[in-house]
Amino acid sequence: MTAPPPLAMLAELTHRCPLSCPYCSNPLELDKRSDELDTGTWVRVFEEAAAIGVIHLHLSGGEPGARRDLADLVRGAAGAGLYTNLITSGIGLDRPRLEAIAEAGLDHVQLSIQDVDEAAADRVAGLAGSHRRKRDFARMVGEIGLPLTINCVIHRENVARAGDMVHEAVSMGARRVEVAHAQYYGWGLQNRAALMPDREDALAAGETVERLRAELVGTIVIDYVPPDHFARFPKPCVNGWGRQSLNITPRGRVLPCHAAESIPGLEFWNVAEHSLADVWQNSPAFNAFRGTDWMQEPCRSCARKEVDFGGCRCQAMALAGDPRATDPVCSYSPLHHLVREITGGTHEGEGWTPRGREQRAKDEPIPLPVS
Amino acid sequence: MTALAEDIIPRFARGVRLREDPVRGGWSLLAPERVLTPNPVAVEVLKLCDGNRSLSEIVDELAARFSVDRARIEADVEALLADLRAKRMVELL
Ligand code: SF4
Repeated sequence: MTAPPPLAMLAELTHRCPLSCPYCSNPLELDKRSDELDTGTWVRVFEEAAAIGVIHLHLSGGEPGARRDLADLVRGAAGAGLYTNLITSGIGLDRPRLEAIAEAGLDHVQLSIQDVDEAAADRVAGLAGSHRRKRDFARMVGEIGLPLTINCVIHRENVARAGDMVHEAVSMGARRVEVAHAQYYGWGLQNRAALMPDREDALAAGETVERLRAELVGTIVIDYVPPDHFARFPKPCVNGWGRQSLNITPRGRVLPCHAAESIPGLEFWNVAEHSLADVWQNSPAFNAFRGTDWMQEPCRSCARKEVDFGGCRCQAMALAGDPRATDPVCSYSPLHHLVREITGGTHEGEGWTPRGREQRAKDEPIPLPVS
Repeated sequence: MTALAEDIIPRFARGVRLREDPVRGGWSLLAPERVLTPNPVAVEVLKLCDGNRSLSEIVDELAARFSVDRARIEADVEALLADLRAKRMVELL
C-alpha cells in the first residue's frame, strides 16, 4: 500500500520553554538540548518534507525561539517552498530576531495565550508578566506586518472566558483564532482532574464561540476544537493515523502524532537514519494504524470508520489500555462508561503539576530578554 | 450579497500564497492552516489578483480570454472574492 502524500509537518525544534503550562502536549520525558538536531539536519528534513508533498510546516517546541538558529531554519524551510508557521509563546523573541525571521521568509505567526485575565494567565504559564509580554509581542508582529493567529487552550479555570479570548485575539490584531479545549495526553492527562471543565460550562463555551463565529465573519476566522469527552463521537484524530501529518521530535524521531510515544511497542524511525520518504512509507509506527484493517469491533463494522477513523489511538491506549480499541470517547465504545465517570465525577480542582519543571531546571535556561 | 465596486483592487492578504503543487499537480491557495484547491477558472481569476488590476480590469481580461458573457464572469469573480474576503484571505482595496 502506498500512502498518499502528507500535508503538514510539525517540527518540535526543542523542548526548552520558559513557560510551564499544565496542559502542555509535550511528553513527560523531555528531550535534552544536547540531543537536539542541528541546523543542517533540520534543513535537509525540510527539503525532504517538501519533496514528499508537505505544504504546511509548523515550527514548534517547546519554545522555538530558544533555538539561536531559528532564522536559518526558517530560511531553509522557505527555500524548500514550505509554508512556514511559527508557533510561539511570544517569550524569548525580541524585535531584531523576529525581524530577521520575517526576512528569512516566515509566512505566519501563531501566538499562544493562556487567559484574558493577566493574573490567571501568568499563573497558568508559570511566569509573572507573561501575558503583558504576549500583548507586546502581538503588537510587534503587527508592526512587522506578519499575519497572526492567537491560540488558547480552554480548561476548567478559563472556560467561562472562551468568548473573551476571541475578543482579545481581535484586539491583538489577529486574523485567526484557535479556541481549543485541552487535550488529555502527557501533562494534560496528568492534570486532568484540575483541567476538565464541567459539561454545562464546556457546552456553553462552544455556543458562545459559535455565535461569535457568525458575528465576526470578515473580522476574524475562528477555529474551534470541541471537547471530545463531551461529544457522542470521537474526533478524527490527526485526520487519520499516517494519512496527512507527521511530527518530528527535537532529537529526530518521526511520529504520526505528538503523543504517539505514549503507545508502547511502536517502532519509530529517526531522520538521522532514514529519509523522510522512507519513514512516511515504511516505518512500522506509521503503518501500525493506517487504513482500517487494524480496527476492532465496534469500529470494524461501523459506518463512521472512514469519518473518524475510530478516534484517537493515544486516548484508546490511555483509557482502554489498548491502542487498537475504539476510542472510549465514542458512545458506541463498550468502555464509554470510563469517560462518563471522568466527565461526571467530582473535581478536586486542587491545582496542577506545572509542566516539566525538573527537566527544565536540569537543562540550560533559555535567555529571556527584558521587554 | 451586495455587488462589489468595479474599481476595487483585490490582493492576497499577507501570508496567503497561490502556488503550483509540484507533488499533487494543480494549484493551491495557501493560508494559515488552510489549503484550498481552486478549480481551473478560479485559478485564472486568482492569478490576476496581483494588487494592480481592478475588479473591472480582471473581468474584462477574463471575458476577452474565454469569450464568455461579461456579466456572468463578473458574478463569478465577485462571489469568489467575497468568499475569500470572509475567510480573510483577500483584501479589497
Ligand atoms: S465505533 Fe469507531 S468508527 Fe464508529 S463512531 Fe465510534 S469510534 Fe467512530
